[in-house]
Amino acid sequence: MTPLAGCLLVSALLFSIGLAGALTRRSAILVLAGIELMLNAANLNFIAFWRFGAHPEFLTGLIFVIFSIAVAAAEAAVGLALILAIYRHARTSDVSEITEMKG
Amino acid sequence: MGMTFSFLILAIMTLAGGVAAMTMRRLVHCALALVVSFAGLAALYLNLGAEFAGLAQLLVYVGAIAILIVFAILLTRGGEGEPEGSFSPSPAGIAGAVAALAVFAVLTWAVETSSVARAGAAVAAPQTTMREIGFALMQRYVLPLEVIALMLTAALIGAVILALREKRNEPADGTAQKQGLRA
Amino acid sequence: MISAGAVDQVFVTLKDWIVFHTPAPLQTLVSIVIEVATIIVVFAALFALTTVFERKGLGRMQNRYGPNRVGPFGVFQPIADAVKSLTKEDVVPRAADHVVHYLAPLVLVGVVFLTYAVLPVGRNMTAVNLDAGVLYFFAVGAATELAVFMAGWSSHNKYSLLGAMRAIAQMISYEIPLILSSVPVIMMAGTLSMVGIVEQQARTSGGLAHWNVFTPWGLAGFILFMIAATAETNRSPFDLPEGESEIIAGYFIEYSGFKFALFFLAEYLEMFAVSGLGITLFLGGWSAPFSFLGWIPSWIWFFGKLLTLIFGFIWVRGTVPRLRMDQLMNFAWKFMLPMTLIVIFSAGLWRFLSAAVVGPMPLGGVIRWLVCALVILAPYITLARGLERGRRIEKRVYRYAE
Repeated sequence: MTPLAGCLLVSALLFSIGLAGALTRRSAILVLAGIELMLNAANLNFIAFWRFGAHPEFLTGLIFVIFSIAVAAAEAAVGLALILAIYRHARTSDVSEITEMKG
Repeated sequence: MGMTFSFLILAIMTLAGGVAAMTMRRLVHCALALVVSFAGLAALYLNLGAEFAGLAQLLVYVGAIAILIVFAILLTRGGEGEPEGSFSPSPAGIAGAVAALAVFAVLTWAVETSSVARAGAAVAAPQTTMREIGFALMQRYVLPLEVIALMLTAALIGAVILALREKRNEPADGTAQKQGLRA
Repeated sequence: MISAGAVDQVFVTLKDWIVFHTPAPLQTLVSIVIEVATIIVVFAALFALTTVFERKGLGRMQNRYGPNRVGPFGVFQPIADAVKSLTKEDVVPRAADHVVHYLAPLVLVGVVFLTYAVLPVGRNMTAVNLDAGVLYFFAVGAATELAVFMAGWSSHNKYSLLGAMRAIAQMISYEIPLILSSVPVIMMAGTLSMVGIVEQQARTSGGLAHWNVFTPWGLAGFILFMIAATAETNRSPFDLPEGESEIIAGYFIEYSGFKFALFFLAEYLEMFAVSGLGITLFLGGWSAPFSFLGWIPSWIWFFGKLLTLIFGFIWVRGTVPRLRMDQLMNFAWKFMLPMTLIVIFSAGLWRFLSAAVVGPMPLGGVIRWLVCALVILAPYITLARGLERGRRIEKRVYRYAE
């Protein structure tokens, strides 16, 4: 197995773990954590392709990861603020109990 | 062969952290396991020669996002409340696990059969200095950088508005800390 | 006669000699072990020295003796303390989360020691010369917040949880001014490597070194950096997370014996590390301020500056009363943050006011200094006036303690 394939497999596993968590866990915070894991798996792919790709000197994958980390920070801040707002409203952060969109 | 021993250790650490984060019962334990996973990923980036990305990952994920998650857990009473059942045997839960497994199978098949993954031989680590990354960010990628800055500002304002909105109805809810954070 | 250069490099030479005389396959390992062991031993010894120094100093400021029983003038007090904390019973609360409770002090001390890897304590005396040294320092240092949370949450005690939440809120708020106040230095040096930053400041012109603190943005940045560093290390007057009189000891209330000593150690190590960063960024690292003092070994300069800053910390602790939570947050977000941004702007101005714009060196330099200082001072006065407006200083009213 080449190093690139190893990275891709680790990334695929991480993505599946995140997906499984996001689909099965009931706490909204853990759903968000699962999404973060999937995002991280994608980042690992970018780094791997940059490292073992044809033109590492263009830094495309690396820069993409940096931007992706910034987006993830914004996503986490807004997502957790939403969870807090929902919790204040519905008194729960269990996604299976939040069934109404009506306020 | 080609994967180094350190890569293997770090990959196992990352994956174990991920599995623990998604299966443990207490939310705070999940958050701490998530941190292990994030730190393992940062070390993986460093191992692959992406120094800046690894350190940024550490600074943002371990230093900020993990803390945010922990704060959210405590503010939604996840810290002490009844531990959530880990894998609920509901049909939806099983369907979710099966879907994740299917995705993993497809991804593995893609990796195993693609010519790109096989062609990626061990090349020498590209020597990237911080100076080059700085020039790339300031010249070639300056527009994305500005867009990201704008988006971060919007996210900051949005998060503050979301978290502060129903303040009048909830006078004493342990939100003083949060307001202090954002004041 | 031994030359000054040989004395300066004596530790480097010693290490090279040891590494040279080990078998080739072990050389990397031995080199790493020597560096790590030196860092641990030196800074742990400095910690022992500082504890007695601090207690004596505080005692002097408060008109009492301080420790004076163990050894001459009480200098062996740290040994007595170490024996005490090692032999004490290690109490773990029954409700505590044992694994996390056990891990928290280890994570804290480990993370703090990791930050020393990039600190240049002398010429050619840096464990790892990372290209992104400053970023590494902040990235690794960010993990201390998590260790504090682990300690506070796992103890299952409301005081410890409150202390941890206070500590995290404070550390996050002051991390932003801390990082932003080091941005001008990075901007002007054009590198994130600590060694590179020090080497730029070690250059001299007219007998005076190019320390960043000699420029207006460097001076303002240094003051802001040290204030943020005081808050970041939970030192008085920002010691709300510990606040003995309010929440007893904050996040490490449920720790006893050796684990408590580890927290104590980590707190002081953090103080040394962040002071070392301040020295590296603003006070020229291991370099001498005047070229005629260049014969003094570089490591003496570094540790001399470090001890001076530590004395400053102790002095402040003995002088300033503790802040309130809202004062702390207001100070961080309404004063420190805008001021650091202004300092960054002033540094940019300094960069573009070259000799071609303001004239030849003696007079032009003075003009440049004054203009850049004005750019910082004017907003500072406006900001301070604005924050003070509508707030009258009156006789304090005690509602509960008449």
